Amino acid sequence: MTLSDGTGTAAGLPAQSPPVEPAQTGAAKSPRIGWGGENSENTIRNLVLVGVLVVLIAIGAFTQPQLYSDSTWVWNNILSILQLASVIGVVTVGMTFVIIGGGIDLSVGAIVALAGVWATTVATQSYGAGGMIFTAIVVAVAVGLINGVLISYGKLVPFIATLAMLVAARGLAAEISDKQTQISDSAFINGIAAGKLLGIPLLVYILAVVATIGWVLLNRTTFGRRTIAVGGNVEAARLAGINVKRHTMLLYGLSGLCCGIAAIMLTSQGTSAQAAMANLYELDAIAAAIIGGTLLSGGRGTIVGSMLGVIIFATITNLFAINGLSTEAQNMVKGGIIIAAVLVQQFRFKAVTRFLHRNKT
Amino acid sequence: MTGPGDVVLRLTDVVKTFPGVRALDGVQLEVRAGEVHCLLGQNGAGKSTLIKVLSGLHRPDSGTVEWLGQPVTFSNPQAAMKAGIATIYQELDLVEDLTVAENVFLGHEPKVAGFVRRRAMVARTTGILGRLGHGEIPPRRAVHRLQAAGKQIVSMARALSHEARLLIMDEPSAVLAHDEVENLFRIIRELTAQGIAVVYISHRLEEIRTIGDRVTVLKDGRTTAADLSAAETPTSELVSRMTGRTIEYVFPPRVAAPAERAELLAVDGLSRAGEFTDVSLTVAAGEIVGIAGLVGSGRSELLETIYGARRADTGTVTVAGRRLPPGNVGAAVRAGLGMAPEERKSQALLLGEPIYRNMTLSTFTRIARLGFTSARRERDEADRVARSLDLRPSDVGRPVRTLSGGNQQKVVVGRWLLGDTRLLLLDEPTRGVDVGARAELYRVIHRLAAEGVGVLLVSSEVPEVLGLADRVLVMREGRLIRTASAGELDEDTVLDLVMAGSLMEGTPI
Repeated sequence: MTLSDGTGTAAGLPAQSPPVEPAQTGAAKSPRIGWGGENSENTIRNLVLVGVLVVLIAIGAFTQPQLYSDSTWVWNNILSILQLASVIGVVTVGMTFVIIGGGIDLSVGAIVALAGVWATTVATQSYGAGGMIFTAIVVAVAVGLINGVLISYGKLVPFIATLAMLVAARGLAAEISDKQTQISDSAFINGIAAGKLLGIPLLVYILAVVATIGWVLLNRTTFGRRTIAVGGNVEAARLAGINVKRHTMLLYGLSGLCCGIAAIMLTSQGTSAQAAMANLYELDAIAAAIIGGTLLSGGRGTIVGSMLGVIIFATITNLFAINGLSTEAQNMVKGGIIIAAVLVQQFRFKAVTRFLHRNKT
Repeated sequence: MTGPGDVVLRLTDVVKTFPGVRALDGVQLEVRAGEVHCLLGQNGAGKSTLIKVLSGLHRPDSGTVEWLGQPVTFSNPQAAMKAGIATIYQELDLVEDLTVAENVFLGHEPKVAGFVRRRAMVARTTGILGRLGHGEIPPRRAVHRLQAAGKQIVSMARALSHEARLLIMDEPSAVLAHDEVENLFRIIRELTAQGIAVVYISHRLEEIRTIGDRVTVLKDGRTTAADLSAAETPTSELVSRMTGRTIEYVFPPRVAAPAERAELLAVDGLSRAGEFTDVSLTVAAGEIVGIAGLVGSGRSELLETIYGARRADTGTVTVAGRRLPPGNVGAAVRAGLGMAPEERKSQALLLGEPIYRNMTLSTFTRIARLGFTSARRERDEADRVARSLDLRPSDVGRPVRTLSGGNQQKVVVGRWLLGDTRLLLLDEPTRGVDVGARAELYRVIHRLAAEGVGVLLVSSEVPEVLGLADRVLVMREGRLIRTASAGELDEDTVLDLVMAGSLMEGTPI
């Protein structure tokens, strides 16, 4: 509260309290990007996440000093962390949009599997790499839009609709592939994961491009604004004239699109696809988004935060791998981190409510 | 112990303030054992707040509440319940999927070693229902299978299960049909005969005359009359006690509207089952039309249906000669309609988002270029509107939740100043708004009308409707019952119209 604000209310008179005004606008201009708004809150949280990342790397360096003394190894390790994060990162971009828009998508892993399997059938492969990419994208977007239609027009709860889709899409993927691993014969597809540009894996570039587009979409376009409005207050969005149903549908379509891209990346990585691939991706993506500060109730979240969440998860996996620890222990730590992240989120919310309350009384 | 006729509850100078509003501003109330004490007052007079103070939802800022001779403050509803004060809200707070008995004993189930004694619970419920004269309600039936009247009985049974000595009933007749009201009254008489005190809130004067013993009138958070006889006080006196004003409504002088005005909105035969029936009205460019009516008269639903937020069963809405598709807000907005809904926070604002983004919520697509938004252009446009509305604080980058109620409302109205709004629908535009911001909002409404924007306004505050509108429509139970120019009506007449009749049509007051 600025000083002039206080005097203005204290006067308690209808309108016309002129001379105070200029001072106030002058003072109020300063927190433009500044400290106290939503932006700064996001910035602080993202800095905290960077801090967590630094701590994780420090733990790695502390536990494996001989590895970390080799600078080539360190560089390669960073690249392998990023490569590990790339596929799930692309899925998380879509997930972030869905959650900010007030929904949830449990079917992402299943969509990745279905799209991957569909793209690697003998029939699809006969059309070459272009046909495979096209198929993966179209299948994934279509499944995403079906989710969207069920949720927005069929009024199904997102949790239920996408849970059902999870089961159904995996089932269809198993049916199509006859539960066999389908080898990709496309040199182009297989070359994506193997390829590097300036020493950095192509998959990392793909993630960078998707995340950048996602950031622009969320922060600089009407689509992003609608997403925040729909997730923040669906009734207000509706009464402001926003077509909430269509937008909700599109959000799931967007999530599907990200899954399609991830399917190609994952197929390329394994030079094959199977119905069981991308297992539990939904959990990783949701966890990454939440750790990144996306509000589960919608209306708030950042792409940068989500990407940091993904990288933190990949770093933990990497940390366990270089120390030769089991995946089981790794999963326990990840679970703990998810709970910690949600607790922090709730705590922050309580603090905000308390603050508001104090201002009221 | 108290005998019949002794004072069980005494409120002295109770004050409760909320940001920008003094909801209770010195309330006196005295309730005696075995009487039906009626609370009368217009919407916003403080009745709901008073109930919440009595039932432990709010704590008074100052003043004393004496219960059975002891000063008390209830820190939560359970404490009030325990002390013997039970409240039956208009929206009954029952758990629909539990049984009658489970609802009656919710939170204080008879238990042995942590296990609910189901049979004892059912038996005791049967007993209480019998005492209420409704032994026919099966205690094991799920509450959602009961009619509204039955649910109300369950609520009362719950109160009795707590050995309540004071029963507060907030518009209990609103959900009931005629013969059910008779039954309700019979139960109330039986309860009072047992020494239980009842605080009865209703807008229907004739009910108060039938069931009430004494009346306390609230207005603008103050007690304006106490200890009136429910049966004998003339209606004119009750109405004048409710309306005699202390808040000054400062209406800016109206620029005379041009005589010839193009018709902007035409609503023809609009109906929605259970909400409103066969409503026809028109609003011309530059005209302010006010709808007066009680909460529940269907006025908000009507506004939302015109706006397309609800889909009409029958009837048409035409804006400037073009029919609007039903149930399509987007089309209404494109046709130049804008609405400031009743519940600002839940229906209009993104509280965590900055002011400018709230202002541009319905125009950011137009301000954007090729789908790319521009924070700078949005801020500039919002700045312009914020200045014209004298928004405080004027920094449009602040989160909207940091604003007072009045300034939040300016943001909602300001949203439509950014677009090409031709017709503005305002639902309770000054609810929870302090006097200063209120006057500014009035000025904005007048200015818009002077610029040729049509305004359709709903307000519970009759003076506001009369002071602002060129033409007044009176709405009761989903129907428009009177249309008149504002000059032809006065506050008492309008209040008479909105309150009269209703259930017991024809009963002389």
